[in-house]
Amino acid sequence: MKLIVCINHVPDTTAKINIGNDAKSIDRTGVTYIINPYDEFAVEECLRWKEKHSGEVVAVSLGGDTHKETLRKALAMGADKAVLLKDDAPRDSYSVARALADFIKKQSPDAVFFGKQSIDSDDAAVGLMVAEMLGWPSASVAVKIELTGDHATATCEIEGGHETIALKLPAVFTAQKGLNEPRYPSLKGIMTSKNKPIEEESPAPPQNKSEVVAMKRPAAKNAGKIVGTDVSAVPELVRLLHEEAKVI
Amino acid sequence: MKIVVFAEQRDGKFKKPALEAVTAARHLGAEVVALVIGSGVKEIAPVLGEYGASKVLVVEDARLARYSTTAYAKAIADVASKELPSAVFIPATSMGKDCAPRVAVKLNAGLAADCTALRLAASPMESSDVIATRPVYAGKALTDVRLTSSQKVFTLRPNVFTASSGKGTVASVEIFAVAFDDSDFACAVTEVTHASGKLDVAEADIIVTGGRGLKGPENFKMIEDLAAAVGGAVGASRAVVDAGWRPHEDQVGQTGKTVSPSLYVAVAVSGAIQHLAGMSSSKYIVAINKDKDAPIFSVADYGIVADAFEIVPALTREVKKLLGT
Ligand SMILES: Cc1cc2nc3c(=O)[nH]c(=O)nc-3n(C[C@H](O)[C@H](O)[C@H](O)COP(=O)(O)OP(=O)(O)OC[C@H]3O[C@@H](n4cnc5c(N)ncnc54)[C@H](O)[C@@H]3O)c2cc1C
Ligand SMILES: Nc1ncnc2c1ncn2[C@@H]1O[C@H](COP(=O)(O)O)[C@@H](O)[C@H]1O
Repeated sequence: MKLIVCINHVPDTTAKINIGNDAKSIDRTGVTYIINPYDEFAVEECLRWKEKHSGEVVAVSLGGDTHKETLRKALAMGADKAVLLKDDAPRDSYSVARALADFIKKQSPDAVFFGKQSIDSDDAAVGLMVAEMLGWPSASVAVKIELTGDHATATCEIEGGHETIALKLPAVFTAQKGLNEPRYPSLKGIMTSKNKPIEEESPAPPQNKSEVVAMKRPAAKNAGKIVGTDVSAVPELVRLLHEEAKVI
Repeated sequence: MKIVVFAEQRDGKFKKPALEAVTAARHLGAEVVALVIGSGVKEIAPVLGEYGASKVLVVEDARLARYSTTAYAKAIADVASKELPSAVFIPATSMGKDCAPRVAVKLNAGLAADCTALRLAASPMESSDVIATRPVYAGKALTDVRLTSSQKVFTLRPNVFTASSGKGTVASVEIFAVAFDDSDFACAVTEVTHASGKLDVAEADIIVTGGRGLKGPENFKMIEDLAAAVGGAVGASRAVVDAGWRPHEDQVGQTGKTVSPSLYVAVAVSGAIQHLAGMSSSKYIVAINKDKDAPIFSVADYGIVADAFEIVPALTREVKKLLGT
């Protein structure tokens, strides 16, 4: 079976975010990048499907040359092939989805995996946009997927519970934490990944449908009040919450 | 200016974020057309008039009793194609986040996801242009976004916009017919399971979160008791989830849920940058930590520097005394 996993290259979660000189994007100097955390669950799920049903796992990322680091990580985990849709231009979720959908259509895979959300743009949109562009069913924010022939049953997180979704391949899945425990690349995996080529393709130019008019820092919070250092502070805390903040 | 609002309901009850979205559209001065999708939901439609809808369109079909990503997206896009609004508002709930990207593609529209503020562009030339503020990098930065497509889709973060009734418009309620075929139900929800009586952190107006400083899962009893006393949900830091003390759906933070309740109580949580990313936009934050240098105090409105095992039970008692719960 042929499986495609779409992975994004994002600032480390500990990165301090500074606004760039254009006041529309971040200042990338000194920021370290990682594979988008949710995309690791997506890669892992593909590898498990492959181990069970045999086939091929292709990792794809759209972005500049730096995205190769993240593609290398997927190869080291065990992906068979990596493709960089090379493009440095800023793209919104629609534009990213369009390029990925074009690529996926040519490959006609059995399933495509995404993370539930990129932790840079926080859109949580690309996977579902691709599903719509391909006209495929989808299950988003999946924490469990079972496959019987070409029928999948996905358990997806919703507020206060779960939904079970029945769908037929080819389909799109977006991965949530809990779907699996991503493996660490083995030493052998890391070594062989260095010899695996990363193919490059040029996607169609962006067709953005949104523009960032400004980027700013969230308003800094005023230093709070230390109400006390022992249990005698409790009545005062409750009074403040009730009378000053009016939240209880 | 006209705005179509998808008013999500489950089990015949509107979700609070749906009422928030209708109110937000009214506050922009728009003519609000609300859309309700489901089976047997016409009866509940009129209440949307109180929040500002002048018209409510109802799409009914027995197969819509449960959510279906493809069918719901089709219904919303069909309504937007007919009404040609300046914007489509969808709550950024699980359901809304799932169908909005599909709606955007169907309408050839740009999507501004998980917006926390909306305003009209200053220039009169663009008077029907909604400028959306949306957090990026887990709230470490905010962007103002303009959609350049003719149709525009916005999802609104729950708990940020307030739901309030307006002058009490009486909405007209109309059935809107959508020509579904079986392929529209290609992915169907076959089962919905709810942890009984559990309030989700994403929906709660008050959250009490426990961290690793609680030392073990058994000590979450006191967190649950405090949450019950204030009518809130129990949240967890990632350290606690990774240790298996709490389920991952309770995790708050950059790789957990982003929350903005009225009150967030962080108990024995250090306040790592990834945790702050998910909760720092809460309206009021209380920190209880025995380390006065814990970073959580940098975002807290009120703090107590002391042992949680002493403070939390006393706090629960005091709250119960006040509220009579
Ligand atoms: C990629 C990535 C993603 C992440 N995503 C998230 C995320 O989404 N959410 C998240 O929460 N974390 C996330 N983290 C983890 C984060 O970095 C921290 O490790 C985690 O938040 C720490 O949890 P904690 O505050 O419960 O534990 P600790 O940091 O161990 O803090 C425990 C606190 O309890 C206090 N304490 C101890 N005993 C007591 C007592 N008796 N009374 C009062 N206070 C006491 C201590 O002073 C300390 O401040 C992520 C990390 C990475 C690398
Ligand atoms: N530039 C990209 N290249 C490849 N996949 C991407 C890219 N951006 C987003 N994705 C995928 O889409 C998912 C959702 O991203 P987003 O809609 O940006 O939150 C991510 O978890 C990735 O799986």
